[in-house]
Amino acid sequence: MSGIPHDHYEPKSGAEKWLHKRLPVVGLIYDTIMIPTPKNLNWWWIWGIVLAFCLALMIATGVVMVMHYTPHVDHAFASVEHIMRDVNGGHMIRYIHMNGASLFFFAVYIHMFRGLYYGSYKAPREITWIIGMLIFLLMMGTGFMGYVLPWGQMSFWGATVITGLFGAIPFIGEPIQTWLLGGPAVDNYTLNRFFSLHYLLPFVIAALVIVHIWAFHTTGNNNPTGVEVRRGSKEEAAKDTLPFWPYFVVKDLVGLAIVLVFFFAVVGFMPNYFGHPDNYIEANPLVTPAHIVPEWYFLPFYAILRAFTSEVWLVQFLSWITGGIVDAKFVGVLAMFGAIAVMAIVPWLDTSRVRSGRFRPQFKWWFLILVIDFIFLMWLGAMPAEEPYATLSLIGATYWFGYFLVILPILGVIEKPTTPPATIEEDFNNHYGKPAE
Amino acid sequence: MLKKLSIAAIAALSLSAGAASAAGGAGHVHDVDFSFEGPFGKFDQNQLQRGLQVYTEVCAACHGMRYVPLRTLADEGGPHLPEDQVRAYAEQNFEVFDAELDDFRPARPTDHFPEGGDPNAPDLSLMAKARAGFHGPAGTGMNQLFKGMGGPEYIVSILTGYTGEEKEEAGTTFYENTAFPGGWIAMAPPLYGEDVEFADGHSNELHHEAEDVSAFLMWAAEPKMMARKQAGFVGVLMMVVLASLLFLTNKKLWAPVKGKKFTG
Repeated sequence: MSGIPHDHYEPKSGAEKWLHKRLPVVGLIYDTIMIPTPKNLNWWWIWGIVLAFCLALMIATGVVMVMHYTPHVDHAFASVEHIMRDVNGGHMIRYIHMNGASLFFFAVYIHMFRGLYYGSYKAPREITWIIGMLIFLLMMGTGFMGYVLPWGQMSFWGATVITGLFGAIPFIGEPIQTWLLGGPAVDNYTLNRFFSLHYLLPFVIAALVIVHIWAFHTTGNNNPTGVEVRRGSKEEAAKDTLPFWPYFVVKDLVGLAIVLVFFFAVVGFMPNYFGHPDNYIEANPLVTPAHIVPEWYFLPFYAILRAFTSEVWLVQFLSWITGGIVDAKFVGVLAMFGAIAVMAIVPWLDTSRVRSGRFRPQFKWWFLILVIDFIFLMWLGAMPAEEPYATLSLIGATYWFGYFLVILPILGVIEKPTTPPATIEEDFNNHYGKPAE
Repeated sequence: MLKKLSIAAIAALSLSAGAASAAGGAGHVHDVDFSFEGPFGKFDQNQLQRGLQVYTEVCAACHGMRYVPLRTLADEGGPHLPEDQVRAYAEQNFEVFDAELDDFRPARPTDHFPEGGDPNAPDLSLMAKARAGFHGPAGTGMNQLFKGMGGPEYIVSILTGYTGEEKEEAGTTFYENTAFPGGWIAMAPPLYGEDVEFADGHSNELHHEAEDVSAFLMWAAEPKMMARKQAGFVGVLMMVVLASLLFLTNKKLWAPVKGKKFTG
């Protein structure tokens, strides 16, 4: 692994040398956890560990639940109740898994917005960012399919609505939808393939997480100043950094433990608060719930999807110019995926030469509005599809695209950034004073 | 299948009524101070036993609870009946179909509560969680968070919400109910007050009966609630201790690295 110069593992005893010659696994672990890390990282940098913990937690609880769950339309709902009532500790395992998904998305959103504020996506960390976006997409797919497995009313109708989106693609939509479902409608074959993929995708995510970590271990972490670690020599680098172990491991664990205080409070005292009560009614293809609402973590994108009704002039124009092939539903689908796509290409949309938002006086405000916009869209996604929510969603969606496609490219040119400190060491010492000699 | 369809029809009725209420006035659900609310709330064992009696003597005439095993009536954190009582209760009250005998036989503790006799009556196993709803204000769920308002409150409100008005539509009688979304429910008033005699001499006024059976249905939907809260409490406590220790470790670890800004 290239990157910031630092000490490498030296096998000492005979046994260590023997192993190192054949499989340098100790060296790999050593280099990974001793990576020089900018010493000025703030508390927004703890969420990576929280996310790694979430993934492990979800896989561990999920594997146990699979031992008791039956992926069949006649038995899925009952087998979940079996887990809740009969399996030793099953109710805790399931509630941890359910709310673990919420924690996972809560953490990933903070992690992403941290990257957006401090410019972590900018060169040379584009690959880290893109891998992260792929992980996010897989998380959404995994979360969605996991929600179908208990086979409650929201499971069934959520699956119907979301797979229906693919049906909106002109010409090839219907075959794609059938392929996703495994048949003409959501049924046992859908449940089976969702179960299979829900088990598979977390391991794909785990693999991508390794690539994600590999990528930023190559470039080094970003930090709140966006100033790069000096790499002229090991001594110079050591002034800007501290080894990940023990300094950041312990710090991250403090953050994780505090997060878990709240997590266990939710699991113990209000485990169904983030779920939808209708999912405690067994799936029934003959009864459509009054409001089909996705899980909270999909709501911002769901709001963008629904913002593009046939009333919107852009939709009418696209429909007219394509002779009706493109309809409101398809534009909505494009907008929803587009909202994620513009985030993925942000490394090439942001033209500012200053990396961190800390030194960009105007950017700060636009970024703050983006965060508010995201929460606003989340609320709108839970509201019924009627006025004034449709118009408000359109405004929210417009800002989302405007931020990435218009504001970021222009801002980099017209904004006059303030001067970042010359080194990370300088920033750190400005904050804490020089270390005692 | 027919049974499933009619359950579906009833559910559709209530759900479409729900949609109507979202546009118009939602049913009024009032807050009840249940003993099991809040992080330290516990089920009242006597209340659960009274609720079981109301369920058995009134609700079970039409409704079932097919996900609830009878043996769990003996569980701690539930009605906690002695095992011989559970056996007697199962035998005296329910008959189940035994595939091996190819005939009906008296229920045993290892059986579940049977399904309901009336195909129009939805299963009550999970009703207290399925009707948890976000009872206001403005769909934010704040009442659920701070007052603990949820499914049991909804059930009490339904049981005590009949106005006495009736109407007939397409051969079905509907009863006006202030809690039911849309205002008209197909279930005839099940409780009037003094419907059961409680062995412990507790009041059998309508609202007492309604609260007791709602508490029982909450237990039926969430039988491990007390174990869960205890685990949550232990989890929170342990994480607070762990976080404190890690915080101090972290402070000590970083102290040599961080100079003292003002004094040093």
